[in-house]
Amino acid sequence: MSRILDIQGLHVALPASGQRQYAVENADLHLDENEILCIVGESGSGKSLTARAVMGLLPRPHVRIAKGSVMFQGEDLAQISEARLRDIRGSEISMIFQEPMTALNPVMTIGVQIDEVFRFHGDMPARERTERALGLLADVHIPDPEQALKAYPHELSGGQRQRAMIAMALALDPKILIADEPTTALDVTTQAQILKLIKEMQDEHGTGVLFITHDFGVVADIADRVAVMQNGLVVETGTTDEVLNRPQHPYTQGLIAAVPSLTPRPPRPRAKEIVLRVNELDKTYRSGGGFLGGEARVVHAAKQVTLDLARGETLGIVGESGSGKSTVARCIVRLNDAEAGQILLGDTDIRPLGRAAMRPHRAKIQMVFQDPFASLNPRARVGKIIAQGPIQMGATPEDAKTRAMELLETVGLDAGAYDRFPHEFSGGQRQRIGIARALALEPEILVADEPVSALDVSIQAQILRLLDEIRDRMNLSMIFITHDLRVAAQVCDRIAVMRRGEVVEMGATAELFATQQHEYTRELLSAVPGRTGLG
Amino acid sequence: MNHSTRRLRYVVKRLLQAVPIVFAIVVVNFFLLQLAEGDAVDVLAGEAGSATPEYMAELRAKFGLDQPLPVQLARYLWNVVQFDLGYSFRHEMPVSELIFDRMFATLLLMVATICLAVGFGILLGLIAATGLNTWRDTAISIFALITYATPLFWVGLMLIVVFSLGLGWFPTSGMENLMAFHDNAWDRGWDIAHHLVLPTITLSLFYLALYTRLMRASMLEQYGQDYVVTARAKGVTERRIVFVHVLRNALLPVVTMAGVQVGALIGGSVIVESVFAWPGLGMLAFEALFARDLNLLLGIFLLSALLVVAVNLVVDIVYSTLDPRIEVG
Amino acid sequence: MGAFWQRFSRNRQAVLGLGIIAVIIVMAATAQLFFPGDPFGLAGKSMSPPGMNGFLLGSDSLGRDVAAGIAHGAKTSLMIGLIATLVAVLVGVIMGALAGYYGGLIDDLLMRTTEMFQTIPSFVFAILLVAIMKPSIESVVIAIAVVSWPAVARLVRGEFLSYRNREFVQACHTVGMSDIRIMLAEILPNCLSPIIVIGSLMVATAILIESGLAFLGLGDPNVMSWGFQIGAGRTLLRSAWWVCTFPGVAILLTVLAINLVGEGLNDALNPRLRERSS
Repeated sequence: MSRILDIQGLHVALPASGQRQYAVENADLHLDENEILCIVGESGSGKSLTARAVMGLLPRPHVRIAKGSVMFQGEDLAQISEARLRDIRGSEISMIFQEPMTALNPVMTIGVQIDEVFRFHGDMPARERTERALGLLADVHIPDPEQALKAYPHELSGGQRQRAMIAMALALDPKILIADEPTTALDVTTQAQILKLIKEMQDEHGTGVLFITHDFGVVADIADRVAVMQNGLVVETGTTDEVLNRPQHPYTQGLIAAVPSLTPRPPRPRAKEIVLRVNELDKTYRSGGGFLGGEARVVHAAKQVTLDLARGETLGIVGESGSGKSTVARCIVRLNDAEAGQILLGDTDIRPLGRAAMRPHRAKIQMVFQDPFASLNPRARVGKIIAQGPIQMGATPEDAKTRAMELLETVGLDAGAYDRFPHEFSGGQRQRIGIARALALEPEILVADEPVSALDVSIQAQILRLLDEIRDRMNLSMIFITHDLRVAAQVCDRIAVMRRGEVVEMGATAELFATQQHEYTRELLSAVPGRTGLG
Repeated sequence: MNHSTRRLRYVVKRLLQAVPIVFAIVVVNFFLLQLAEGDAVDVLAGEAGSATPEYMAELRAKFGLDQPLPVQLARYLWNVVQFDLGYSFRHEMPVSELIFDRMFATLLLMVATICLAVGFGILLGLIAATGLNTWRDTAISIFALITYATPLFWVGLMLIVVFSLGLGWFPTSGMENLMAFHDNAWDRGWDIAHHLVLPTITLSLFYLALYTRLMRASMLEQYGQDYVVTARAKGVTERRIVFVHVLRNALLPVVTMAGVQVGALIGGSVIVESVFAWPGLGMLAFEALFARDLNLLLGIFLLSALLVVAVNLVVDIVYSTLDPRIEVG
Repeated sequence: MGAFWQRFSRNRQAVLGLGIIAVIIVMAATAQLFFPGDPFGLAGKSMSPPGMNGFLLGSDSLGRDVAAGIAHGAKTSLMIGLIATLVAVLVGVIMGALAGYYGGLIDDLLMRTTEMFQTIPSFVFAILLVAIMKPSIESVVIAIAVVSWPAVARLVRGEFLSYRNREFVQACHTVGMSDIRIMLAEILPNCLSPIIVIGSLMVATAILIESGLAFLGLGDPNVMSWGFQIGAGRTLLRSAWWVCTFPGVAILLTVLAINLVGEGLNDALNPRLRERSS
């Protein structure tokens, strides 16, 4: 095995005004032929900048390599000329990115964009270039390569776009492929396919792959070796087995411990009392159509959805994007209006209620949102955000304030937060504020829509623990929307699996994980990264 | 369905979408006419010097002005559909004929202006963006900032002071030298082009500044997009990144803006034509304004709106060839 | 506020613009002090070049003092620019907020209306309105406001549309907050920056429109304005260049200064830039 990339003492400098001097500090990494090295880290760890430094793609002039060497086939990539780097990029080292939609030029066809790789490296005749491009698209298993060649990026699905990116990256059989979170924007089943494809291509061509990810599941599935980064430092490197099973550095230990296990928690007894019953709920979205707009497209976001929620239990709704899981959540809290069916809160059907009639029931169902940045009004102080519910429901300002202070303590923030603005807090802290707001009205039911999917894994674990605690302490019932089966395994008592607006399967978590009735559930479970390596 | 029939359908669809807007403009026109003090009969009576009330009532009946408002509106609409825009008593000609006589001059001025403003705007914006923070960028930005703040009519007058009265390079007014008898069409064309220079520069300066700023901002925005990093990662040269990848995306908002600004351009032509006595619709509007010839003014207004609709349609079609994401189906 | 001023003052061009505006405001406020009496009145020998016969900037064919006209015209320009913009912003915000928040029929109506306004050449429309209403300060203000509000409405509609589905607004729905309150207390404060910026730039445009109208003879005949001065002086272009030139410089400087301040505000208030720094 020969070493194809050797990074030594790499320092990537940030602009002088930044919080720290170096984004990456004294990194030593190496990559062998036919090997997959995963660089893992949370946001801000410097993992992406390390990858870009190799390619000479740092956002100049503010961010630059300050010290260190990046040796590739006898040349130091940190020193060579821009022209030489350009020769290497795309032919010897190539890269794929997180978001294939924005990484492709929207006004150029896939064919032209693949063709550029050939055009700027060597002089192949046009006919041969087209044939090679067709061959590549076939290699990455795009259904109709002829058609895809003429397609614009927006005409392909997310998975197909990433396949086209991979085809482009592998066009000239590079020695090294750098993959910067290439599956983060994709659904779990698509992610599994893309990971399989990368592995397949790497096996076939003997490429060395530098794979950047935040997901230990992905690491377990594809890495040969792992490097863990924290705040710009490489804190641990080793084989996948070493790092996952015998981590040395406390940070790595913490991270791995924070990854939720796929083995469900022991079941809890289910209460007799049903607090919420959803019967045959229907919701459709129409787009287009109308005056001269051609035919309207109708999407069934919820189709005959039936659920029930017992007191004190957590019901998970699991599905991929577009499955309708968020729509169901929004219909239940009455942010969206369902067209048909019942939402029985106790004995009242709240589905048809108007705004005024709904108001007295509002307090009983509250919601926690996904995006900790968008869910808090940037112009309002935290105290006001939490207190606005009780004040709206008629509490005196003094009572609301006392209550808000108590809640801040409940969610683990100090009282000083009351007078500050949301932007002064981190993502995890903001999510705590969002939870405090939802609890302010003392609801019976909490609907949490992907409450941890925007958070780093260590923060995610803290928030999940907090939600658990609160549920038990306040005897809440919870509906928990997630795309992540690991999270679902750890927080949900029962799970409903949704696909294209329908609940395909529902059951107790342990049973569902042990035996799946529906094929889609099976597919979803087998696509979870790190099933074998991480458990 | 092949591409050209899809495009045809798109054009038809856009045309149909313009119908309610044009309809609304006609209705607005009608009510503006109602708002004005006095009607056509008052004007006629004023022209004649004196008229008996009986005669005026008779005239009103003849023109249908004694009918209820909805009936009058319906008649007005019917007339407009037949392209009968009323009669200009001042010029003693039907409004539509007057307008068609003058339309060519305005179209010439507008086409020249759009070419100059959009063409140079894109060029200057490109130069500024590619040389970010160099002296070229600074010079272009200052130029754009100042021209953006200058009133059109003043620029026109200053150009006349310098280039016509001072240097004697260009004529001060008119569209052609009426005294000269041109031997052939070339000479006449040259003469018109000579007259066209100052009005075109005057009218285009403001829009030139607008497109320059827009193009610069658009280039810089596109330059920060992910696909630029991808192109670099493929080893594509900076030259191709700027002129192929970024340029095409950056042009999109400029093209949109070019369509939006056509209306403003017609407004500007009223001023420029009156400064340079350019015999187009703007000049006609200026004359109508002083003669209180509302019929004529409203006719010009209606026609200029139609012109904007037409140009916007062309811009939309151009846009749809530039941006594949637009659904032409 | 202090932080805002710090960001704003970092932009030297904007500070320069603010300085120019301050000078023009002082000039407008002290016009009566330095140039007492009617600016339309005869002040001395006609057709005096700048610096001659006691005229700083010369006089026109009727012996009117150009400098006095500029000082008194400043008041007109600023006043009309400000009032017309205020009216336009008020109408635009109300319409845009309702359309963006409720969508549906109101939104359709507004969008068609603004589309129509985009189709009508706005300056020609302003000319028509003033011509029909008879030239006066009020009619000029109304005409400018009528052609300016759709731009504000479009902007505010876009903002409200994007905030309407933001999660913090939905959180307000879940506690049963009323629409009015959500619009005024939750969404509007978040849209203030772009509204302030577009408003400041609109003052500049309004001044340009006003001067254009006055140049064409559609200004209030009893009020001195820069556009009127230039319009009256254009026949003297050959013999007295100064009559047209100086009022034009005044317009140019004013509009330029307001644009500079507008851009400075934009940079200082731009939420995207600020989010990155926090």
